[in-house]
Order: sequence, then structure tokens, then C-alpha cells
Amino acid sequence: MTTTATPIQNDISNPGILLRPKWAEVTEITPEADGIATYWLRFINSSDQQEFHFNPGQFNMLYLPGFGEAAISISSDPQDHEKLGHTIRFVGNVTRAVSRLKVGDVVGLRGPFGSCWPMSELEGKDVFIACGGIGLPPLRPAIYKIMRNREKYGKVTLLYGARTSSDLMFPREYEVWRKAQIDVEVTVDRGDANWSGRVGVVPMWFYHFRIDPRKTAVLTCGPEIMIRFVIFEAMARRVPVESIYVSLERNMKCGQGSCGHCQMGPYFICREGPVFRFDELQSFFNVEEF
Amino acid sequence: MQNETLPEIGSTITIEKSTMNEILLRLKQNGFLTIGPRIENETLIYGAIENLEDLPRGYTTEQKPGYFRLFRDRHSRYFDIIPGAQSWKQFLFPSCVELFSLRRITNSWEFAPRAVETPKFAFIGVRACELAAIQIQDAIFMREDFTDPIYQARRAHTFIISVNCTHPADTCFCLSMECGPQVRQGFDLNISELDNVFALTIGSELGRKLMAGLSFDDASGYVLASVDQKIGNARRQMKRNLNTQDLPELILENLDHPYWNEIGKRCLSCTNCTQVCPTCFCWNVTDESSLDGKSTCRERVWDSCFNPDYSYQAGGNTRPTIYSRYRQWASHKLGTWKQQFGTLGCTGCGRCITWCPAEIDITEEINNLGNEVKR
Repeated sequence: MTTTATPIQNDISNPGILLRPKWAEVTEITPEADGIATYWLRFINSSDQQEFHFNPGQFNMLYLPGFGEAAISISSDPQDHEKLGHTIRFVGNVTRAVSRLKVGDVVGLRGPFGSCWPMSELEGKDVFIACGGIGLPPLRPAIYKIMRNREKYGKVTLLYGARTSSDLMFPREYEVWRKAQIDVEVTVDRGDANWSGRVGVVPMWFYHFRIDPRKTAVLTCGPEIMIRFVIFEAMARRVPVESIYVSLERNMKCGQGSCGHCQMGPYFICREGPVFRFDELQSFFNVEEF
Repeated sequence: MQNETLPEIGSTITIEKSTMNEILLRLKQNGFLTIGPRIENETLIYGAIENLEDLPRGYTTEQKPGYFRLFRDRHSRYFDIIPGAQSWKQFLFPSCVELFSLRRITNSWEFAPRAVETPKFAFIGVRACELAAIQIQDAIFMREDFTDPIYQARRAHTFIISVNCTHPADTCFCLSMECGPQVRQGFDLNISELDNVFALTIGSELGRKLMAGLSFDDASGYVLASVDQKIGNARRQMKRNLNTQDLPELILENLDHPYWNEIGKRCLSCTNCTQVCPTCFCWNVTDESSLDGKSTCRERVWDSCFNPDYSYQAGGNTRPTIYSRYRQWASHKLGTWKQQFGTLGCTGCGRCITWCPAEIDITEEINNLGNEVKR
């Protein structure tokens, strides 16, 4: 006797197909620093472009057929509905393939995913942004948001550090941000002949700013070691843990809290994160290799 | 006796064992692929079965940490075998499944058309721990905010004939996890196997309708008492115990405990425990590309938190050492799972104990951790 199973047809156009990307064209490539560039993307399908909205701090899954997907923060202005910026460091399998893309090439996009910087909760507060290296791009949409609504926020400080002066992201924009009453403070780990500004790591300089812990929110993103010490310094300044926000990075494959890779304790960083209020993480943040 | 009326949902009837062949036939006539335990290549697997004779009648398994033996016993029961490495997970959450295929067109890509065949499964002989595992995976793959289309398409049409467990293996601890040995809910039909008859509890409308015109009797007090006695014996036979009192708290408050290092020294990070686990759900996705670069196929495969690549990212590996991977696995199963999905992620099936080449026993390790913490 043969077994007869009745096949159920799944419609190929079903949008429920797992990890199905939408296609976007590279419209412009802006070199930012050695091994880092911003890729400006526009959806091929204009309705995809119109429907796409994101909040500062969210990310997309960028797909290069044959290579795979990588989680990339959106670094452009959330009010700009014409194009999407992704600032990418060429460091892994997928991002090294990204480095070979040319204007006109097509990539897959899924998103936006994850939590965002708490822009409305920050209203009325002083905002202190402490970030390092490739940690600035995920915060740039928040800076644009603040600039558009500058009167809603108190004193705004950006403390940004990079390894050397040639590793600094978006240097041409600092003056624009300063004109919008944002105090932009830049530091490098190692000085050189081209640099006459601050030298030293971000947490070290953090200590030098007089912040009012009662009304300041701290936003931080960057290398994990920098994040740890920024939080340490902020807490030493009596900033309550409920006023410290951090964006974390983990290996991600799905963006939907399903594949398991990005877990940290009870959280799927792609879903509950990447932006957390620090009190949500505090009990296990310092556990080694957790 | 030939019955004119159908049994009620929730009632228990007795049928001749041979009547099960008719039930299997009716399932197949309804388009189901009937799957159950069977012996193949000298081991116990889950595969297509046609009738009762395909089941491992008279077989038993002996299981200990790092030890599995299949042998013929003197009994004549069909469903008295504790499962092997395979679980039902492979049918609802396949170990490798194509998501979509792409073809290159000039400088862009198009989706290759394709028809997906989703079989209708009838699982025959699902034990209480395994049914609990299916329900745990339901909560993972069919959430309010995200439903996995592959899992849902398979699960929506699955018919389940479960079975009460009467002879647990040495590695079983479902009692500790409150998942067995008795099946409670979530089945279409539930079998309690006695020496001469099956006691059959009706769990769903489809299960009830399958009985139309078949001969059955209401289960007598003697039959029901015999079933209770067998389940009671199974409870008493189960020696392995995991102390679950305040378990998530014990683990999550002691993530820094040096005992994790002791386990890490023995663990090989081989991923066996996660591959045999019926609740482990992590997956990876890969591109299978043609050599000319003109087409690629996106596939989802099982992954494991013991794989070094699992937590690899540009900034470095989150869990480079083995102790932290074991801690991730155990603290997820028995700790953070509860915060994520409302239950623990372990049903006490014992597979991770049996199939660990280093004979690491999660019940012993977590009980040891509890004792170390108390010291």
C-alpha cells in the first residue's frame, strides 16, 4: 500500500515567506573613512519606498544574494523618505562583499527591526551622547531628530571618539550640528600631525563634563569596552540607570526574535533591543561571556 | 460490538489492538502521512508506518548517560519503547528547508517560482514529554507578534495520537518537569496500551469521527484502574530527578558561579544535546549558490548555541569558551526561557543525557550547582 499525502500549495507570492527581502538600488556611495562607507539605497518598488518608515536606532537586514545577510543600523535622517543611508564597515563576509558594490547594483532589504532611541521620553531633558567609532552612525538619526525639534530638548552634547583623526565619521557635519546648538566634542585615541584636538578614550573625557544627573539622559553606542566604561562613569556621576540608554550588537540572522542567535539573557536583541534602558540589562550586563 | 453512536470527546473507550490498523488506514484515506516509531538500520527512528506491524513491537531501549542500546524484550506491546535520538521536531521544524530561490537578471534578482508541498502529518505514538515539547515549540514559532509560516503550515494540519508512558528509561525525568508520564491535553487520540487492548481517550472532533462504525466499548472500571496503575508504576520507576524549585532564580543569580567552569571542562561543545533536543529551536540561514553565480537558494538549517560561529560577530565572539556556551544552553532551557515563553524549555525527555558523548547529565549538573550554591 502506498501512502498518499495531500500536498497543500503555498502561494509563491505569499508575503509570509520567511526572510523574503525587498529589492533596493544603490544610488550613491559616500566614503567615510578607511574601510567604511555609507551606502544610499532606494527601493526599486516605489510603494516600498513610500511605506518605509523607521525610528532612530532601528536597523535593517541587508541581503547580498550568494553571500547572506548582515544587520546594519540606519544612519540617515528618518524624515528623508527619498533614500536610506547605511554606514558600513567592511569587516565580515557580507560587508566585504558590500565593499565591491557599485552605484546601480541591487541589494535585498528587510526591516526596519528593533527598538529605538526614546526620542519622546528625552524631551525636556539634557541629552548626552557618548559614542565611539562605528557607534556614531546608529545615533545620527537621533541627532537629526533633535535638530528638527531642537527647542524640545535641553543641553545636547555629543562626545565622539575614534582611533585616529582619519577614522572620524561624518566630520563635515560637525559644524552643521554645532550651529544647531549641539555641543560636539571630538577625541581620538592617538593624535598625529593633523590633529590638534582632544586625545584620549571617550570614558576618560566623559568624566570632564559637568552634567546634571537629575535631568540628563545618556545615550551610548560603540565598542563594548567603551560602553561598559561610559556606563561606569555615568553611574559614578549619579546618573540613574533609568536614564542610561545603550545600543548593543550581536550576531543576528532573522531580525524577528526567532533564530535565537542574538539572545542575551531573556532578550532577543533584534526584537527587545538593540536599544535598551540600562536597568533592563543591569543584572547580567557584567557577566563574562553572557 | 459495532457502534452506532460516536464516543464523546474526553471519554475513554477500549478497542481491539487490530482496530488501530483501521484507524491508520482512515487517516491515510484522509490524506495524512502516518508517522511512528520504527526500526531502521538497526536503530529506532520516526518514519512512515502503514500498520501496527511496522511498529517496534516487543522492543525496548536501554538508556544511560552516553549510552543507548536497542534490544528485543519479552513483552508484546507496540508502544513500550522510549524514543531514540530523533524527535517529532524534524517534521514540524525540518533540519533543512528551502526558503526561496533567486535567479540573476542583468544587475538584479528575481524569485524563482516554486510550489511548496506541505505534508499533512499524523504522528502515531507521541509520548507526554514529546507532546509537551511540541506545545513548547508552538509557543516559539506561532507567537502573537511573529508566526513562522513553515512551522504553521505543517502544524495546522497535524493529527496527534499520543501514548501514555508506562516504562520510562533510566534517563527520563519528565515527572520533575511536570510533563509526564501521563498525557494530559493537546492530542486527537491518546493510547494507553494494556496487554490485550488499547484504551483510547478521544481528544478532538476529528479523532471522534474516525471511530465511526468501528467496534469499541466504553472503558470498564477495570481497564481504567489498570491504566492508572501502570502510570503510577511509571512514576515510581522514574529515579532521575531535577529539583525545579526556584530553578530560574538559582541559575540566573549564579551565572558567575565557578561550577559552570567545572562543566565546561568536560563538555566537548559537540552540539549533540541541541540536535536531539525536541525544544531547541535555533536556526541559521545559508545561501547555496551555483558556481556561475547566476542563481542562489536560501536555506534554513538547524543551528546550535554550542557552535563557535553561533555568536560570532564583527566585534569578536560573544562566547569564545565552552563553559559559557554550556551555561547559555542550560540557563536558557531552565531559566530565561520562562521569561521568554512562560514555561521552562525542558520536558525531561532525557535525550541530552543519553546522547552526550561526555556523559554530562543536566539533572546532575544543575542539582550540583544548587548544592554548591548552598554550601
